[in-house]
Amino acid sequence: MASQACATEGVGLTMATIIVDNKSYTVDERQNLLAACLGHGLNVPYFCWHPAMGSVGACRQCAVKQFKDDRDQSGRLVMSCMTPVTNGTRISIDDPEAKAFRASVIEWLMVNHPHDCPVCDEGGECHLQDMTVMTGHVYRRYRFPKRTHRNQSLGPFIRHEMNRCIQCYRCVRFYRDYAGGRDLNVFGSHDALYFGREQDGTLENAFSGNLVEVCPTGVFTDKTFFHHYTRKWDLQSAQSICSHCSLGCNTTASERSGILRRITNRFNSQVNGYFLCDRGRFGYEYVNSDKRIRHARVRPDQNRTKSAQPQEASEVLNIIGERLRSAHGLIGIGSPRASLEANVALRTLVGPQQFILGINEHEHQLLSKVFNVLQTGPVPSASIHDAEQADAVLVLGTDLLNEAPRLALALLQSIRQQPMERVDELKIPRWDEAAVRNAVQNRRGPLFLAGSQRTWFHDYATDSYFAAPDDIARLGFAVAEHIAPDAPTVSDLPDNVTILARRVAKSLSGAQRPLIIAGTGSGSLAMIEAAANVAWALHRQGKQSRLSFVLPECNSTGLALLGGGRLQDAFDSISQGKADTVIVLENNLYRRAEEEQVDAFFDTAHTVIVIDSLENRTTAKADVLLPTATAPESDGTFVSQEGRAQRFYQVFIPEGEIRESWRWLSELARAASQETDVDRGVATWHNYDDAVSATARAAPELAHTGKVAPSASFRLMGQKIPRQSDRCSGRTSLIAHLTVHEPPPPVDHDSPLGFTMEGYRGPLPSPLISQFWAPGWNSIQAVNTYQDEVGGPLRDEMPGVRLIEPVATQAPAWFTAIPHLFQPRSDQWLLLARPALFGSDELSNQSSAIAERIAQPFLSLHLSDGARLSLDDHSMIDLTLQGTTYRLAVHLDPYTPVGTAGLFLGTEVSSGQVPAWVDLFKAITTEQQRRVA
Amino acid sequence: MERPLTQHTHPDGTTRTFREYVQDGGYRGLQRLASGLAPKDVQRLVSEAGLRGRGGGGFPTGTKWSFVPMGPDAPKPKYIVANGDEMEPGTFKDRVLMEGDPHGLVEGMILAGYALDAEVGYIFLRGEYHLSAQRLNQAIAEAYAEGYLGKTIPGTGFRFDLHLHASAGRYICGEETALINALEGKRAVPRAKPPFPQTVGLWGQPTVVQNVETFYNLPHIVNHGAAWYHGLSRTQDGGTKIYGVSGRVTHPGWWELPLGTTAREILEEHAGGMLKGVHFRGVLPGGISTAFLIEGHLDLPLDFSSLPAQVGRLGTGTMIVLDDHTCPVGFVLNLERFFARESCGWCTPCREGLPWVARILTSFEEGHASKDDLALLDMHTKWLAPGHTFCGLAPGAMAPLQSALQYFRDDFEQHISRGRCPWRHKPAQLKVLV
Repeated sequence: MASQACATEGVGLTMATIIVDNKSYTVDERQNLLAACLGHGLNVPYFCWHPAMGSVGACRQCAVKQFKDDRDQSGRLVMSCMTPVTNGTRISIDDPEAKAFRASVIEWLMVNHPHDCPVCDEGGECHLQDMTVMTGHVYRRYRFPKRTHRNQSLGPFIRHEMNRCIQCYRCVRFYRDYAGGRDLNVFGSHDALYFGREQDGTLENAFSGNLVEVCPTGVFTDKTFFHHYTRKWDLQSAQSICSHCSLGCNTTASERSGILRRITNRFNSQVNGYFLCDRGRFGYEYVNSDKRIRHARVRPDQNRTKSAQPQEASEVLNIIGERLRSAHGLIGIGSPRASLEANVALRTLVGPQQFILGINEHEHQLLSKVFNVLQTGPVPSASIHDAEQADAVLVLGTDLLNEAPRLALALLQSIRQQPMERVDELKIPRWDEAAVRNAVQNRRGPLFLAGSQRTWFHDYATDSYFAAPDDIARLGFAVAEHIAPDAPTVSDLPDNVTILARRVAKSLSGAQRPLIIAGTGSGSLAMIEAAANVAWALHRQGKQSRLSFVLPECNSTGLALLGGGRLQDAFDSISQGKADTVIVLENNLYRRAEEEQVDAFFDTAHTVIVIDSLENRTTAKADVLLPTATAPESDGTFVSQEGRAQRFYQVFIPEGEIRESWRWLSELARAASQETDVDRGVATWHNYDDAVSATARAAPELAHTGKVAPSASFRLMGQKIPRQSDRCSGRTSLIAHLTVHEPPPPVDHDSPLGFTMEGYRGPLPSPLISQFWAPGWNSIQAVNTYQDEVGGPLRDEMPGVRLIEPVATQAPAWFTAIPHLFQPRSDQWLLLARPALFGSDELSNQSSAIAERIAQPFLSLHLSDGARLSLDDHSMIDLTLQGTTYRLAVHLDPYTPVGTAGLFLGTEVSSGQVPAWVDLFKAITTEQQRRVA
Repeated sequence: MERPLTQHTHPDGTTRTFREYVQDGGYRGLQRLASGLAPKDVQRLVSEAGLRGRGGGGFPTGTKWSFVPMGPDAPKPKYIVANGDEMEPGTFKDRVLMEGDPHGLVEGMILAGYALDAEVGYIFLRGEYHLSAQRLNQAIAEAYAEGYLGKTIPGTGFRFDLHLHASAGRYICGEETALINALEGKRAVPRAKPPFPQTVGLWGQPTVVQNVETFYNLPHIVNHGAAWYHGLSRTQDGGTKIYGVSGRVTHPGWWELPLGTTAREILEEHAGGMLKGVHFRGVLPGGISTAFLIEGHLDLPLDFSSLPAQVGRLGTGTMIVLDDHTCPVGFVLNLERFFARESCGWCTPCREGLPWVARILTSFEEGHASKDDLALLDMHTKWLAPGHTFCGLAPGAMAPLQSALQYFRDDFEQHISRGRCPWRHKPAQLKVLV
């Protein structure tokens, strides 16, 4: 935030020369001394400072000696994090007094620290350990009792061990100040400080997992990691891209002995910076799930009454080959959660005409609209970094906290942009967080949220508007109209909405970098068009406006760029007998269409081939089931909602016959092909580079996918890059009970990475970094050593490739289809899907920690609608939709728009039922009615 | 000898009523404003008078005010805050003033508000000062009723509102920026400076925080002028000061005396010297965060500019005397326990260092200390210095310890060599055996 902003934005970049221990360095004058020193690789220890959270001067660890001039011999100790860089600043890090003071600070911090490193989960990647070694403090002189605390139970994600606390205040600064949380605080005073909750209980904030990385020692540790703990140095790691929403946050996925152990944040200056959301961090355990499909299965005797049984992969391929050759028409159904390469492979195998996107009709339309807006309009899509820098934001109809949480966190920083002008006027450096907060106080820049569900995120909004999707779209159109008078006029707008629209328009027009966010979540086409109108109107005013569309899944964009048929086409082909064989790629069709339709589709198809990683209702229908790799087990590319293509790498070779989907498909093609056409299509793919080059040819927008990361042939000093650390232990001992000979490590033909400790160690293009580590920097803070400017981009950063950039300089014609005012109906309610951080994502739901956090399914209604339906808040009802009955809790609130109902089904599959009008008088059975019946 | 601050204070401890205050010339300063005294003129008067902050820091008030943004473009609102969180052990001078003469504070704050074009004032009062709170509340109500507060002061276009806030406690609230945080309802931890409160203070607005006693001087400066005020003192700092003495002296108490009066004069003439059979060993001149003065320093004038930095500083001017019947180690231990408890917990050296110091001193008293402990005490006095810690609390805590180690080192060493506190009858080991 503070210093990150400094590093890249703003005007008046001036460089200064500072003298550190009699050597000159050129540094950015907008930095503090600590950041300047770290940027040059000079080791100054620190605790309370954080590159994204600025300086507060609490820990006193970063003391250096500052001299007035070259004649000043005595100098004075200053805290480098609180001292601005000025030209000619002369300091010494090695000064004996400064060194002694820094060692003393560690000695003080160690007064109460339990020294339980051997049993501490932070051990080996502990910033406190690193800093202790750095300062040279080795001998403990404190001989009195230590203070002790009782720890709290903080829910399924975080373990709490307060005795280790060194009181740097980072946790509360992150949780409260940066992430907007309320339920973590600091209590007590003097040397009896307590960082925790008022009482035991789950940390509520959606970004609580970052405490694990923000805490410099082992107070807050990853509880999911604890359940299968391994030291950092023993982890085999690689870059991964989060697959739990459309934002594409970068992660480091780590494995040991076949178990995915944890996810940590991976810095990407353009995307997630230093932080992840809890779904992304703790949603990984589906990879280790019991429901994993680990072996190919075939239904015996083609008998649909029998379930598929495991079989040898080679045999299965033979069977498939035979069936494909004898198939009368083949269709392939792609997936927005499968990699770009997997979708391309399927499309190549079945042919573009037979390739189906695998999303429902309505979503298909919405995605097409989003790309139409981004491709034909002059306004580019915003990266998360752009969103942080936005100085006025309008969110139309998307529930960011639940659909794209990391973007919500970015907006919590964006609301500081306008107040920062005052900070600049007062000549307070932006990194001086302590001073900035005092100057900014509760002033916030414009953030307008329009939606149909209230969350704590709304506490930070300038104004919130709760309405049905059509009305939200109307607000958007009205805002556009107030910015550009020739934009289409919204008629019958209620006065309060007119006033709001005017206010929003004024705020957006007054900004330099306004951002408009919409999404597909509300199911409204008009909302996307309204967002486009607003952004285009601002663009015409000369604003650097940005658009951001929140999409349903991690590769929705990639899938849409590829293009393909509609799900209905697939259903029709089978029912009309145009095809009899279907390949379903990583897609549970019961989430996409109505149950009866999908059942009929599968029952009619002669052969159903399913490629997926976890058992679900679709895999149960498979005649042939192929076990596919999850993202951390495969190489591939996802395209985020921004249009950014990013590479993820195989972290480990999973147990069983699991392969990447694209590899299955190429093998399948080879098995099916006649002697003559083995040199065609996907059959020619033998490694990942083949997949990438085919993908780059698959669509014009995908031409640059090859530039996302180095190719498999990339070598440094002729060597591959190891996924394991220098210190990885147990290579021979772990298998000593099986063999005393060390087997060769598996060979990776798909990437420049090796499943080994050996190989090139040195500067790397960012996607190839296995874990952030540097000598003396064992914790995640080692990221500093990978940056030229602390908080800025990584050295050799390859932050992904943006595939969609505007070509047009002028906005196309206005969208004019303004919906009518939403009219509640007397007997029907508009049922809308309620997204949930925990529960809406198919894969993370299968992770045990996430599962604990999934709320009870509910139906939310406005208080007045509750009264109309004679429902009590929190009462349990049965809701019957298209023959299926769901047990739901009733939530009554004053925010749900009158005439609508919000539906959250938990982990239950909700097919294409929403948005839809439903007669709730008929559909709802109350407890009482049940009893009477 | 003129005693502008306390000449009318009732000796029996009852408060001066509004009527009495006005009869003796109270609120006349406000009338002077109407006669053409511009805010700038008040500022100049205060600068020329050489008024220095009476909270212990002795910062020149005029200089402090000069940093406040003035003029039509200055941020609005601005705030005046009276620091009445008198938690400095041994110090009770503000209490004497607020209980005895509450209207003096009200008038002083209005004048400061006028000088700085600040329209709102807060009195941040120590929570335990119930009587002060009661009397100040009454005085504020009377000032509102009489139109001195809440209404435009005739002929000036200036209006001032004043609120009383009783502190929830903590010594650190006496630190002006921690006080501001407390007033905002936040944790009472100090703020980083710069920016100083004069530009970014209460709720991010320009704010002047001053000690209660400082405000009491303002009406007299406005009424009588800078030259008169300068004449009150014996040194270059202007005005009088309330000095106090606690400890084994004949007449402990407080006196308003010219600034620059020597400690010897205060101790011997006003406090009547040491009690019979008791001898002077040292004195903390102003609260416990000042260094000991010993016999050789007693003839130095006590003000904000005459004490050499290596000797110490005046602080609040309310002294605590150390005599030869009291163990200096135990004396200092008592102080360090207080400081350790009152550390806000924000910065490491103070939060962790002070309790360690207190534990070491305890071990001296218990007879378990060694030479190494003496070295650790020395280390703390060296490291807990201004600039090394976030605010002045820890350096203040080191002032008595460092000077005690300097002047009474032999006493510390005796604790080590004898394995007990020489002032106690039973050796510590005996206690352990029992």
